[in-house]
Amino acid sequence: MPAGLLHIAKTFARGIRPPAHKESTRALPIRRLPFAPELVVPLQQHTGSPSVPCVKVGQEVVRGEPIAKANGFMSVPMHAPVTGVVASIELRPTSRGEMQPAIVIHTYMGASQEVLYSAPQDVDAMTPNELVAAVRETGVVGLGGAAFPTHVKLVVPEGRRIDTVLVNGCECEPYLTTDHRVMLECADDIHAGIQIVQKAVGATRAIIATEDNKLDAVKSLNESRKKASTTVISVLKPQYPQGAEKLLIKALLDREVPSGGSPADVGVAVLNVATLAQLGEILPRRQGLIERVITITGPGVEHPGNYMVALGTPLSFALKHAGLKPDAVQVIFGGPMTGHSVADLDIPITKGITGILVLTGAETAKRPTKIYPCIKCGYCIDACPIQLNPSRLGVLAQRGLYEAMESEFYLNDCFECGCCTYVCPSHIPLVQEFRIAKAMNRQRKTAQ
Amino acid sequence: MSANPHILELRTSPHVHGPNSVQTIMSNVMFALLPIAAFAVFLFGISALALICTTTTVCVVTESLVCKLSKKESTLGDYSAAITGLLLALTLPPGMPLWMAAVGSVVSVCVGKALFGGLGQNAFNPVLVGLAFIHAAFPIEVSSWTLPLAEGRFTSFMGTTLTVPFLSPAAFDGITGATPLALQKFEHVTTGLGELFLGTTAGCTGETSDALILLCGAYLIARKFINWRIPASTLGSAFLTSLVFYAADPEKYPSPFFTLFAGGLILGAIFLASDMVTSPVTPLGMWVYGGLIGFLTVIIRLFSGQLEGVMYAILLGNAVSPIIDSLTQPRIFGARRAKAKL
Repeated sequence: MPAGLLHIAKTFARGIRPPAHKESTRALPIRRLPFAPELVVPLQQHTGSPSVPCVKVGQEVVRGEPIAKANGFMSVPMHAPVTGVVASIELRPTSRGEMQPAIVIHTYMGASQEVLYSAPQDVDAMTPNELVAAVRETGVVGLGGAAFPTHVKLVVPEGRRIDTVLVNGCECEPYLTTDHRVMLECADDIHAGIQIVQKAVGATRAIIATEDNKLDAVKSLNESRKKASTTVISVLKPQYPQGAEKLLIKALLDREVPSGGSPADVGVAVLNVATLAQLGEILPRRQGLIERVITITGPGVEHPGNYMVALGTPLSFALKHAGLKPDAVQVIFGGPMTGHSVADLDIPITKGITGILVLTGAETAKRPTKIYPCIKCGYCIDACPIQLNPSRLGVLAQRGLYEAMESEFYLNDCFECGCCTYVCPSHIPLVQEFRIAKAMNRQRKTAQ
Repeated sequence: MSANPHILELRTSPHVHGPNSVQTIMSNVMFALLPIAAFAVFLFGISALALICTTTTVCVVTESLVCKLSKKESTLGDYSAAITGLLLALTLPPGMPLWMAAVGSVVSVCVGKALFGGLGQNAFNPVLVGLAFIHAAFPIEVSSWTLPLAEGRFTSFMGTTLTVPFLSPAAFDGITGATPLALQKFEHVTTGLGELFLGTTAGCTGETSDALILLCGAYLIARKFINWRIPASTLGSAFLTSLVFYAADPEKYPSPFFTLFAGGLILGAIFLASDMVTSPVTPLGMWVYGGLIGFLTVIIRLFSGQLEGVMYAILLGNAVSPIIDSLTQPRIFGARRAKAKL
């Protein structure tokens, strides 16, 4: 490998090292899941305002055709994930927990499912502003889980300069292997995506960050790197929550994003590898985001694997294909550290879902149930990646002193990685209490 | 697909938990104390065994009675009462009258812990609360020492051990011996470091063998069941404080190595000061707290009527640890500086 372009970095201080559980899917190539007979496309799959439908009930749509328009800057358009007919636009249960308006499409089962909406554009000839507009048209949002509209990240705030594009391929959540497989199988697309983003933000360099448990992906990324490319691949020691952007910036560049600030404040744009792979693939063809890779895994499925799934595919359909075992008792969107349990198997898979983890009673029974008093061991303080004092926050939460948690103990800086709860020997549900406290504070503020 | 045979479990993340629990921490601390207790029995015979059994049993029984009386679920499963009992025995002289040790055990659990609201709520180390009570109530018995490795220690009790309850011992044994701290302070006889390190000296039941205590402590530190910062700062501070005096007047003051290895400093630093509940939680706070304890121990030893200063030093450290915690809040990621608040 060329010297200087591969770089072994350490990791950030604190955090935890939970068992990775990636062995059952890491070696399995991405396979396409069949198209479900009915797809449900919620109008809000991203952070920001919901999209506005531009199709009517009864209208036929072709795979890739725009079906909803962006509503304002913090919004993205939607594209038909399948060729079929719009059956209805109605409220449907979603992964966010509430019923939300969604476009329901009945698939034409015999259709070729070819993407006909393609009008190639020359990326090299485009200006940064044109690139931002083009990114927005693709409907791409952060595919690492946050679902933050990607074009918003590419607009450099007034008075700031972005010198580095940080490509996040850490995938520190246990069980998940989508980023791993995407780096291994779509390295060319990632490099193409990096070029687009680097040009849009005017960054002079790009760093791909991954962990040393994905060395095959590093090899693939290195081999497909163009000769002129200055992109550095950085391999870190596995540590959770390394994929949290602020910690990654600290580990690689030793820059500290100010409390309440964003990576742009320290001259960095952080994007997930899957996001860049999609951009690199679809933007030059002027297509829209209609599918994504998810890991379906856990002891509760017969055929764990990495699947290319059409957005809007019902969870139950995906689980049927992966073989849901009869003793499965918990279905989690995302990984075990930050994912949330789903209440309903009819909800659709949307842009921000990285994986489906299915646990059986054997795993859930291992969870501790008895809560002991806090023994002030300080484990949570040693684990908290941003040096909060979860022990004290927990005491305040139990007394209902939510305002003090925010004003004196930085509650709002907590990004809910769950390390404190993971290490607590008294099994106190710390991060869970912090979520409640944040919600109570929000409610109090809106009431005022 | 509405026919769903699965009953889904709903909860918020994280959905996995690390291997630690209060029981694993506490049971490991207890196991780490067992070799020390066994060595004490080897040194001091069946009197030490009876003492250890008495305090442990009384602590456990008291804890279970407290739970019954307050109509709470039994807390014996957290092992904290057993640890309190074991440690109390190890900090008493081997010939301590059993009834006095038993009274101290009741005080440890009731006043030291239950009155504050149980595990996690107590401000002071329960062992030291019981020990301080014994020092105040039975000052003569608690400072009467026996030489180790006495003939017949496995066949007969020391004369004081089986004192009739509510009476003082009639007479102390002929084999009474002074501890290395007493020899140094009053007779200016310094015990050899090798002897101190191995523990074949007079002293509290479990404090004599520094080698064994350090070994057991190393196990607990390696498994992160005690935080290394507290013993490190306590011992480091005691060493430095003592070094200052020794450098000023080597004739009058003991050497820093003697300070470290004589008396109960190492036992206190590893097993008493490091008690999670009563020590600070912030990394900087731990250094301050340990530093204070080491300093106070040396000052009390050198300039008070007391021979040993570890107990009061740790109790004082316990008293200020909430304040230390408040003043040493770490600077959070991305913030300019830490907020220190009382």
